[in-house]
Amino acid sequence: MLESIIKAFTSLKLTVICLGLAIILVFMGTIAQVDLGIHAAQQKYFQTFFVYWSPANRGWRIPVFPGGHLIGGVLFLNLIAAHIYRFQMKWKKTGIFLLHLGIFLLLLGGLLTEWLSTESQMRIHEGETKNYSESLDAIELIIVDTSSPDLDEVVSIPDRFLVPHQVIQHPQLPFRLNVVNFFPNSTLGHRKDESEPSVVTQGFGKTLSVTEAPRATKVNEADVPTIIVEIVGVEGSLGTWLCSTALMERQHFYYQDKSYEIQLRQKRYYKPYSIKLLHFAHDQYDGTDIPKNFSSKIHLVNSEKKEDREVLIYMNNPLRYEGETYYQAGFEKDNHTTVLQVVHNPSWITPYLACSMVGLGLVIQFSMHLFNFGRKKRA
Amino acid sequence: MVLMVCVLFLLPDLRGPKDEDFFSRHEFGELPVLVGGRLKPFDTVARNSLMIIHGKQTLRKNGKSISAIEWLMNVMMRPEVAKDDELFVINHSDVLGMMGWKKSQKKYFSWSELEPHLDEILRQAKLADAVDSQVRSPFQREIVKLQERLELYHRLKNSLRVEEDVDFVKEIALFEKTLMPGAKAFLAKKKGLPFEQKNLELWEEFNNRYQFLAEVAYVFPIPPENGQPLSSWTSIGHNLLEAVTQKPISPMVKEYAAMVSAYRNVAPVEFDQHLSEAMRIIHSQFPDTVFRARYECRFNHFEPFYKCMTLYVLVFVLICFAWLGSSASLHRSAYMVLFLAFLVHTAGLVTRMYLQGRPPVTNLYSSAIFIGWGVVLLGLILEKIYKDGIGGVTASILGFITLLIAHHLSGDGDTMEMLRAVLDTNFWLATHVVCITLGYASTFLAGFLALMYIFRGMLTRSLDKQNAQSLARMVYGIVCFATLFSFVGTILGGIWADQSWGRFWGWDPKENGALLIVLWNAIILHARWGGMIKQKGLMVMAVFGNIVTSFSWFGVNMLGVGLHSYGFIDKAFFWLSTFVVSQLLLMMIGALPDRYWRSFAKPKR
Repeated sequence: MLESIIKAFTSLKLTVICLGLAIILVFMGTIAQVDLGIHAAQQKYFQTFFVYWSPANRGWRIPVFPGGHLIGGVLFLNLIAAHIYRFQMKWKKTGIFLLHLGIFLLLLGGLLTEWLSTESQMRIHEGETKNYSESLDAIELIIVDTSSPDLDEVVSIPDRFLVPHQVIQHPQLPFRLNVVNFFPNSTLGHRKDESEPSVVTQGFGKTLSVTEAPRATKVNEADVPTIIVEIVGVEGSLGTWLCSTALMERQHFYYQDKSYEIQLRQKRYYKPYSIKLLHFAHDQYDGTDIPKNFSSKIHLVNSEKKEDREVLIYMNNPLRYEGETYYQAGFEKDNHTTVLQVVHNPSWITPYLACSMVGLGLVIQFSMHLFNFGRKKRA
Repeated sequence: MVLMVCVLFLLPDLRGPKDEDFFSRHEFGELPVLVGGRLKPFDTVARNSLMIIHGKQTLRKNGKSISAIEWLMNVMMRPEVAKDDELFVINHSDVLGMMGWKKSQKKYFSWSELEPHLDEILRQAKLADAVDSQVRSPFQREIVKLQERLELYHRLKNSLRVEEDVDFVKEIALFEKTLMPGAKAFLAKKKGLPFEQKNLELWEEFNNRYQFLAEVAYVFPIPPENGQPLSSWTSIGHNLLEAVTQKPISPMVKEYAAMVSAYRNVAPVEFDQHLSEAMRIIHSQFPDTVFRARYECRFNHFEPFYKCMTLYVLVFVLICFAWLGSSASLHRSAYMVLFLAFLVHTAGLVTRMYLQGRPPVTNLYSSAIFIGWGVVLLGLILEKIYKDGIGGVTASILGFITLLIAHHLSGDGDTMEMLRAVLDTNFWLATHVVCITLGYASTFLAGFLALMYIFRGMLTRSLDKQNAQSLARMVYGIVCFATLFSFVGTILGGIWADQSWGRFWGWDPKENGALLIVLWNAIILHARWGGMIKQKGLMVMAVFGNIVTSFSWFGVNMLGVGLHSYGFIDKAFFWLSTFVVSQLLLMMIGALPDRYWRSFAKPKR
């Protein structure tokens, strides 16, 4: 029994089956990007144990195909098992061993990156200084206590709590929040029919209508999430607010002689340093609209580490600083606003190591083949 | 013998073209100009423009073939002659119907035929422009294309001068005379002093005229003043506009004006004088640019890749004959011709690299050229080792097909276009892109070698045990090679992505395509090592490699998502599907049991 299990786990057949499934999965995941967009397709096919199929309007999730985690995981086990089981200390096997060790590291690195890395963006106008970057998809609902003249106290509620009918009670807040409704993507408009009472009773939202929109799938589109939230104090409801990432301003309210502000925004990551955009340049080839280069000249200030310098970030030349990397990712139409991609990935080194190992392993292995082939040919 | 004939076939075109009438047209074609951000000779501009508008590099007119440069010179200098050239291709019946025409024998239409419909075409194109390019209807795509072609034609026409029946030399003389009094009148009016109305009107008219010329011109033929960067060439309109602000008119403008007048007055001697003077002016400042432009003209005229296609066909025919008659001398000559074709192919490739100052692969067109080159190189090596013609035949077929694909990819304009900002790095182009493309080339070669196995085994009795084994060894070896290059290439791509976008792997379609090739080759190797497949299984799987590679090369570009996509290719989709279906059929045939194979079936007693 045990032996047959070991055999199954160490067999090359399992490798081939897994690789075959991987091909189908990658193919499906690529085609699906047309409809789902790169991000959703990635989650549906690769960052999951199973690919689920949900029949329309049924709310079921039927696993129909192994996902990236499952295939990768089995390959991973297969790889380790086979090498432990059939390990031989022979010179002839150096190449094979090295390259598989590299694959092992590559798979491990992929997992680590998925767990540990965060991506966010920093959008700065010329002359503006920022000390935070913003997440692309994660959002937060913030309640700011602005009563104290010197210090704002911010309570951030992450997006996993922002689902309809959720009741949020935070130790730092003297009231609770009832999520009335939440739209992952929405379009806001002006309310046309004023006769019908709006659910929203406070703030800018009173004059606005919100409709749910399909999730954004294209590379340059972004979701506009909207939340309708009721604030309930000890004495009863304070009213219902509409917050959306489309609304740039915070909304004010008072409770128990304290002033508060509420806002829904992209999740922020604060840094112990600040970046000021001095100049953004977008060069084109003469007489064409083909972009030649994008670059951002920034001023980096970190008072703690006594750093105060200018940096030029451009295509294929990012700024690496304090474990984060800043890439020139885009710009806004006015040509005076830069968009920097901020990546924090502690395991960035693994693919480099893994790749050199696999590459070297392949070269060793195939040169041995070639050598043997040449010898046979001569013989 | 055969080799001699081939060399003779190549030689005459090495010397450059000759002009049939009195104008030195091809020398005019050598003048360097800035178009699309790259300095190139007029000849290239002419060929590319005619390719975009007409789909060919020459034009048939009254049963005679006229060269691209002659056509362009007519468009720029004698539009009244060029306007009747039937060159705008319209295939779609709705587009024809819009203009009240029926779909008939006629495919090409002239500017004068289309001119009355310009407003409607423009209106329709604007409507279509609002629709995302991937979801446009065939009519909308066709109309947008037609509008783009018409616009290009219009811009070419107004590149050297405003299209009108006036003598350009006299026009500029009058302009120069108007400059001072006009500027005075303008200033006087501003200060509220008395001024000559006529002078001001004329001056303003010129101003508007050259404003238009500067905006519309497609070609930038005026070199910068000494000391300015090489790329800042300007249009004639721009230079004339600058004259309004008291800058001197460039001598080049005057030379061009004189050439236009001479060409219009059919004065070849005068034309040649001003042409050589223009050449002298540019040469004195930018000798290197002139050299490159001349070299590029030679390259255009020699058309190395067309020559290669002919030679590949010849190699194919020679080896087939050698097999039929089992002639060793034919075989040897086929090998020599393949080698010659490879040399020409290499020369073409290297010339492109020199002209562009880039590694070999920068766009889809050049990837096709490079895949062909890689395959032929590998085929030559196989031929050198095995000497059985298999490598040669496969290489010649693939060389021909990839160059044919390249030819069909060249219709979008300059195949040496400038690189978008992300791609502007020679290091990664030289490493990642070259490795990946070699991976494509070798996977295709393995797939086509497998096809040879299937064809030979199925249709002939010639695939004996030894032949079959040597073919299997070839396929196996090439698959190993393909695995190495596609893996290393994919990984280098990951590293590039990590360097420039901050992620090693993003599941972008092009990345996935490359990964599919690596995975598939890995499956073949593991299945073989595990004894799961034998010779025939190896062959069938290698054929599937063709499908995987073509998906990665073209298929993912048709998805139109991700950072890597270079645009949708309409017709290519049809050909890709046809290719995939054909490969699937061949795989099925390859999987038939031994008794259906002529080579393997046991003889009946």
